[in-house]
Amino acid sequence: MSASQSIKTENIRHKGWVKSAHFVITLAFLALLVSGYVILMSHPRLYWGKAGNDLTPALFELPISKNYHHGGWEKAIPFKNLHGSQVTAARTFDIFNENGWGRSTHFLAAWFLIITGLLYLLAGIFSGHFRRDLAPGRGEFSLKMLWRDLSAHFQKQSFAKGKYGLLQKITYLSVIFFLFPVVILTGFAMSPAIAASYPFLLKIFFGHQSARTIHFFAAVLLLLFLLVHVVMVIRTGFKRNLWAITFGK
Amino acid sequence: MKEKRLMNRRRAIFTGITSAGALLLSGCLKKAPPTYGSILRMGDDLTYLVQRGLLSQRALVMEYQQSDITSFPVTDIGDPANPASTKAYSKEYEALLKTDFKDWALTIEGAVAKPGRYTLDQLQKLGERSQITRHSCEEGWSAIAEWTGVPLAALLKEAGVLASARYVSFYGFDKYAESIDMLDALHPQTILAHRMNGETIPARNGAPLRLRVETQVGYKSVKYVQRIVVTEQFVDPAQDIQAGWSWYNGI
Repeated sequence: MSASQSIKTENIRHKGWVKSAHFVITLAFLALLVSGYVILMSHPRLYWGKAGNDLTPALFELPISKNYHHGGWEKAIPFKNLHGSQVTAARTFDIFNENGWGRSTHFLAAWFLIITGLLYLLAGIFSGHFRRDLAPGRGEFSLKMLWRDLSAHFQKQSFAKGKYGLLQKITYLSVIFFLFPVVILTGFAMSPAIAASYPFLLKIFFGHQSARTIHFFAAVLLLLFLLVHVVMVIRTGFKRNLWAITFGK
Repeated sequence: MKEKRLMNRRRAIFTGITSAGALLLSGCLKKAPPTYGSILRMGDDLTYLVQRGLLSQRALVMEYQQSDITSFPVTDIGDPANPASTKAYSKEYEALLKTDFKDWALTIEGAVAKPGRYTLDQLQKLGERSQITRHSCEEGWSAIAEWTGVPLAALLKEAGVLASARYVSFYGFDKYAESIDMLDALHPQTILAHRMNGETIPARNGAPLRLRVETQVGYKSVKYVQRIVVTEQFVDPAQDIQAGWSWYNGI
């Protein structure tokens, strides 16, 4: 008996459309992560509110490029007709900026994510996949069950039941119905043309720079999910799981 | 024997989507900027066409309160009045700045019935609009300021823009240039600003006249505008596309 045959006999099965969506979204997400990081490098400062820039206070600044804390500014000139202390100043520092390909890669990958994500949502609803495989069952959703499932994750145990655990269901549902929508909608909120047509986007995320900061944190949580997901895939039988989500019948 | 069906549901859906896509593409691609074979530029074009197709083209961007105005960084390619600036220096601009733009005039030419030159006084007579809007830079930062100027639509009307005109290019003294399509050119918030936060535009913010394209990111808003050219054909005046940047930036 060959290795692949023994793997096939295990009882994990994914539908073809789930596997295709998983494949496209994984690639798109990795491209979004890399390009998003490159975009953040050109302005590694995050703010809260409607607007924010090098001449206004930041929430925090990330030491991820030579642009971090750069001090290359000409003397600030105050706006004389304003009541506050607003100024204008010219930048003298030659910043790191690879947004030409960074932004376009980000948006191209976002197209793959959004189109595949929408098809996945439709298929998930109409095939009963969400209801059957992901929604916690009757009596399954309780603090006791949650605690039991959580503590089981830190003990050596068998996961291979071919069904998702409670914690796993909650995590997948949060990623699909909360984190991805938030990261996409905050992305839309940053687009001048989309926000013109749908100004509520700027309101629900507290402004352009708040949307950018929420976009960043949502992406960090998605990256965290990816890492934990990969760890769990390895812990529960890497070869078998990988086979099941790719070529497994 | 089981008959092999020509059409199953999955195939029907797939065929439907691809043929609808093909029909849409053949109609739209003629309107899209060239991609020079770059897959990234194809993505930019997809964003452009979908935003044009799905978004309201008359929707106004959010306008803010006086109290929302922030500080405003200047992050352009260089100072056109400074001989040390290799990319942006213009002797003509330096002279104009020294005389407070006394002899400055804006040129408009191309697909217009009345090409010509307009002094700041003549421009101001065409109309005025003030707006407190957000400038969103591709780098990631944003800034809010009040801009006062002439609606570009008023100037295009005065110059007798031809019905066949489709793009408007803006050339700055700093040798920077950008073009926008007629939808953005005629947008009510697209203005040629001569005042910022209630005062004459500070030199480095684009004096004496700068473009404001509020529906796109900051780098479309050309500063130190010298010349406007209306065209029927697509023009990418500073070769954004060949330089690896998106021409359309509503996102």
